[in-house]
Amino acid sequence: MDLQQRFVAGDLEAFEQLFRDYQRQVYAWIVRIVRDSATSEDLTVETFWRIYRSRTLFRPDGNFGAWSRRIATNIALDHLRKSRRETELPNDLLAPPEPDPAVSREMRARIRTAFVNLPPKYRLVATLALIEEAPYEEIAAAAGITVALVKVRVFRATRMLRKQLRSLSAEIGAQS
Amino acid sequence: MNREEKNRASSADATPQDRSDLNEIKHLLRQAMPPVLPHELEPHIDLWPQLRARIESQHNTVHAATNVHRESPGIRIAWFDWALAALAAAALIFFPGIIPALLYHF
Repeated sequence: MDLQQRFVAGDLEAFEQLFRDYQRQVYAWIVRIVRDSATSEDLTVETFWRIYRSRTLFRPDGNFGAWSRRIATNIALDHLRKSRRETELPNDLLAPPEPDPAVSREMRARIRTAFVNLPPKYRLVATLALIEEAPYEEIAAAAGITVALVKVRVFRATRMLRKQLRSLSAEIGAQS
Repeated sequence: MNREEKNRASSADATPQDRSDLNEIKHLLRQAMPPVLPHELEPHIDLWPQLRARIESQHNTVHAATNVHRESPGIRIAWFDWALAALAAAALIFFPGIIPALLYHF
């Protein structure tokens, strides 16, 4: 019996082995979406917990990596929905970029605010496609949508961000 | 073809204005929220102990629930119900002729 068959049968050692093989991949995917290491660790545990509970639904000859990434994406998206009211992004992963002098500190703050205001499903694809430059096919498979829909969401997210940045600029202009 | 080129190729059906907007927003986003650094793509601690504790706690809860179920009394049936059932069984055994009559009425 191979590892995945043993996992489906409820063998805890097989599950531990799969966990050790895939935890980095799952964590890396989640941290790219939620951008906070402590939350990503919690969500990684939650992902594998859900995987363990629904092991009987997994086909032993299936792609465990793809299945776990799909579950991880759903859990990360749920987290974005729940934490939408938080107005500031967690900043423990905001490493200093090579700063573009044309983009001021104030502008960066405005972009973050506009980004946090995006609906979660748009925020998900915007993070993965625009910031992390993940291939559209990869995003589509993980989110359970078509590549065409990923493209649509990326363009809509871009439009929403532009609109929000304009209105934020107008507000600041009116205040000063 | 790298990731960026792949994504650019797949958005080739967008208008030049859309593409210019996309590139500008992308640049701004990456300035405000840079990509996660490679060394941040790994958990800081081993997550297995947390997960194992969760699995074990669920197993214990399930076992406790099973034991409670085993110890709990079954459905209680009053003595006169047993007496009625015995009388009916005796009638069927000693007077089998009533079976067709009962079947006719039911």
